[in-house]
Amino acid sequence: MTTTLPAYDEVVARYEPVIGLETHVELGTNTKMFCGCPTDFGGEPNTRVCPVCLGLPGSLPVANKAAIEATIRIGLALNCSIAEWCRFARKNYFYPDMPKDFQISQYDEPLCFEGYLDVEVDGELVRIGIERVHLEEDTGKTLHVGGATGRIHGATESLVDYNRAGIPLVEIVTKPVPGTGALAPEVARAYVTELRDVIRSLGVSDVRMEEGSLRCDVNTSLNLPGAQWGTRTETKNVNSLRSVERAVRSEIIRQASVLDAGGRITQETRHFHEDTGDTTPGRSKETATDYRYFPEPDLVPLAPDTAWVAELKAALPELPRLHRRRLQEQWGLSDADMQSVLNAGAVELIEQTVAAGASPAAARKWWLGELSRRANETGVELADIGATPAQVAELQGLVDAGKLNDKLARAVLEGVVTGEGSPTQIMTDRGLEVVSDTGALTAAVDEAIAANPDIADKIRSGKVAAAGALVGAVMKTTRGQADAKTVRELILERLGA
Amino acid sequence: MTQTDLTRLTATQIAGLVASGAASAVEVTRAHLDRIAAVDDRVNAFLHVDTEGALAAAAAVDARRAAGEELGPLAGVPVAVKDVLTTKGVPTTVGSRILEGWRPPYDSTIVQRLRAAGTVMLGKTNMDEFAMGSSTEYSAYGPTHNPWDLSRIPGGSGGGSSAALAAYEAPLAIGSDTGGSIRQPGAVTGTVGAKPTYGGTSRYGLVAFSSSLDTPGPCARNVLDAALLHEVIGGHDPRDSTSIPQPVPDVVAAARLGATGDLTGVKLGIVTEFVGEGAEPGVMAAFRESVDALAKLGAEIVEVSCPHFRYALPAYYLIAPSEASSNLARFDGVRFGLRVGDDGNRSLEEVMSLTREAGFGPEVKRRIMIGTYALSSGYYDAYYGQAQKVRTLITRDFTAAFERVDALISPTTPFVAFPIGARTADPYQMYLADLFTIPTNLYGGPGISVPCGLSDGLPVGFQIMAPTMADDRMYRVAAALESVVGTFTPPAL
Repeated sequence: MTTTLPAYDEVVARYEPVIGLETHVELGTNTKMFCGCPTDFGGEPNTRVCPVCLGLPGSLPVANKAAIEATIRIGLALNCSIAEWCRFARKNYFYPDMPKDFQISQYDEPLCFEGYLDVEVDGELVRIGIERVHLEEDTGKTLHVGGATGRIHGATESLVDYNRAGIPLVEIVTKPVPGTGALAPEVARAYVTELRDVIRSLGVSDVRMEEGSLRCDVNTSLNLPGAQWGTRTETKNVNSLRSVERAVRSEIIRQASVLDAGGRITQETRHFHEDTGDTTPGRSKETATDYRYFPEPDLVPLAPDTAWVAELKAALPELPRLHRRRLQEQWGLSDADMQSVLNAGAVELIEQTVAAGASPAAARKWWLGELSRRANETGVELADIGATPAQVAELQGLVDAGKLNDKLARAVLEGVVTGEGSPTQIMTDRGLEVVSDTGALTAAVDEAIAANPDIADKIRSGKVAAAGALVGAVMKTTRGQADAKTVRELILERLGA
Repeated sequence: MTQTDLTRLTATQIAGLVASGAASAVEVTRAHLDRIAAVDDRVNAFLHVDTEGALAAAAAVDARRAAGEELGPLAGVPVAVKDVLTTKGVPTTVGSRILEGWRPPYDSTIVQRLRAAGTVMLGKTNMDEFAMGSSTEYSAYGPTHNPWDLSRIPGGSGGGSSAALAAYEAPLAIGSDTGGSIRQPGAVTGTVGAKPTYGGTSRYGLVAFSSSLDTPGPCARNVLDAALLHEVIGGHDPRDSTSIPQPVPDVVAAARLGATGDLTGVKLGIVTEFVGEGAEPGVMAAFRESVDALAKLGAEIVEVSCPHFRYALPAYYLIAPSEASSNLARFDGVRFGLRVGDDGNRSLEEVMSLTREAGFGPEVKRRIMIGTYALSSGYYDAYYGQAQKVRTLITRDFTAAFERVDALISPTTPFVAFPIGARTADPYQMYLADLFTIPTNLYGGPGISVPCGLSDGLPVGFQIMAPTMADDRMYRVAAALESVVGTFTPPAL
């Protein structure tokens, strides 16, 4: 059966969406939340484990102070109050990737609570309320093998890797966000983007959605104007910023079609599918677990020293939104130009390139031009393209000094990206420096004159414009490395024109 | 000196012989291994005897002595360890089928400290499964028998450790006390058992029953030996967040002071609620005589009412099972221990269920169910929440009492060792064994049981309870009482 889904614009004209977001951020601490195991991504399965993160009988957790500090800094950056006293709690449920069959989390006493984050959508500021920011431990990863889909159905075996088990995880929960109307999907995306930038600016996580260090669940409900809020669904498996927006949009349309048909929305978890842009039902709440939360008796309560919290607050970096505004002014960019820098994910890269000595215009030209093009082609993040801001600044320095022309600079950049070395090194090794030494060029010019007697005659007879053809010939034999202006002067000189 | 003689010595005496070279640690160890071989088929105190490991450890002590190294006060002394503590490479079952054959990859902190002190671990002792019980009858590996009368229980859950002492299989043992599991077995076997202040001994490597109550501690045949062992195993452990970052109170000095028999200036409070009905007449008689003896040593004796102690048992039977229901979740057949029904067709949930069904005994299942219920959404406040409030009230009773007296005293347990099988049919009758010991656990303070007499030929225990981190006080009083009543020797096996 196929049903025709209503159009989005038409739906949001009749229904009011309410959204809410739960975001999980893996902290970039050196060690796990409750033991001394390393946290780096990757590694052979079950090699970064110990009795504690394997939940062996008798083992006990000890809280990681760096993780607590990072969580408090996130809370402060999100304008939260910091609990003077709070506890960890056990969330009890059976699952093989949870070594203890309970997760150490926080329940009714979160470390940070009651904050907000302002985000910009279409030039307007939207304030997103933050309900809570709490700290917990990540689970291991289960791999189902032997089946066609990689899912549990049809699999012959399930393997568990506990390397991730116990990595500190911060959960950030918004309050419900009503009143955004048709902009709800964009608000959701803007919030996650801004949150990511805030956390990145704190240096506490690499916040990469593709690697799972930033994960997002999206709650959506619809109601008629003036009516009570509707039943919400929770959409999981939303793994990119674009998916955040698409998931909200798709769920708004789906819920409207159910409501239009006289149906009711079931409170459930749904899964977002990147390929189709749809959501499908996940675990039904009928089999919902009673997590039997209770205070974790193996850990003492947390009571962050108020003076310490005040110190952390004073040392917070400038908020990304304000920072960006300042940069835009410094770089003299229009809103549209700044937006394209933002979209390319190039703010920090350009900033660092300028700091390394390049002009803002040149820095922007390289990152948004040649490097963005390559990033798009190869499907990697701009920051991972292989060129550093310092290298780009060095490259531009060589251009400014007249040692490279635009074409040669691009060839050098190619070498930088493929890891050949620094721009100066590559220029020297590959012999790409512009040749403006007249001695070295005279031979090439004489050769070109001898090979093209007709053109030479024309020039001798005063048709100076014909010199272009000879310049081209010289450029060809010098593989573009000659300084065109010098070549032209030499030709005219030799032909007495 | 004959081998029999070596097993009859105190830990202090053994350490002295080893240090002087009058006996080697290997000789001492062999004597105890021989004794175990001779009597343990009747006592069943040990679940695992680590003959090789013990002899190697003893030989290492002898080598250190030969090299002229300074030895600690308990070097070369054998010790039996309750099977609740992890021992690297040595089976650790917690008295349960679900961990049968599990050899932990790490040592508990207590065992690490025992090794560092040069003590010789003989093996692992029997216990009620997961330390849930008061008679050691709930061990999956058969009950331990009381050396005073083999047809009777040795107390529990640490019946194996206390019976090993009473049977002269070991001069020292380690127990763990969640509701009385060190003190009550001590009382009914005529040995000394001390529950340190919660957080005074590390729980790292102690397979958890109830995290907020579990306390490992020393067991011995006399007070000074217990204090020496306490000193070796106690103190802050960074691997246990609930461990107290303070030095161990000077329990050894306190035991020596008490042994002089002078209690002048010490004020003791009899817990009114524990000397009314509830305790057997024979137990009360021995207790009263001991109180008189303490008074003669100069102690001032008063009665102190602790009105909320009567709610301790019900509160305990909500808090401990609640924590246990969560602590025991990890025994699911996935990573270690028993796995049942994994035939390639059954689902994960079915395998988990079959494993837990086969691996846990009836008392463990009972407590998991009680705890799961008490923590359930909608019942939490009425059960777990309410029990925590009672816990606060009991703590207040203790705090108020310790403003008036230096220590509280009572019988350790209401009755002497009962016949095996007498109370297993009625869990509540079994739970009553811990009536007098549980309040201390809920408060977190230290408590000690010291033998004070016999009732119908069976040992009676005397309990001394002190404020948190004042463990030394109870050792002083216990040693003073011991100086008057002496130690107790069971009939020959």
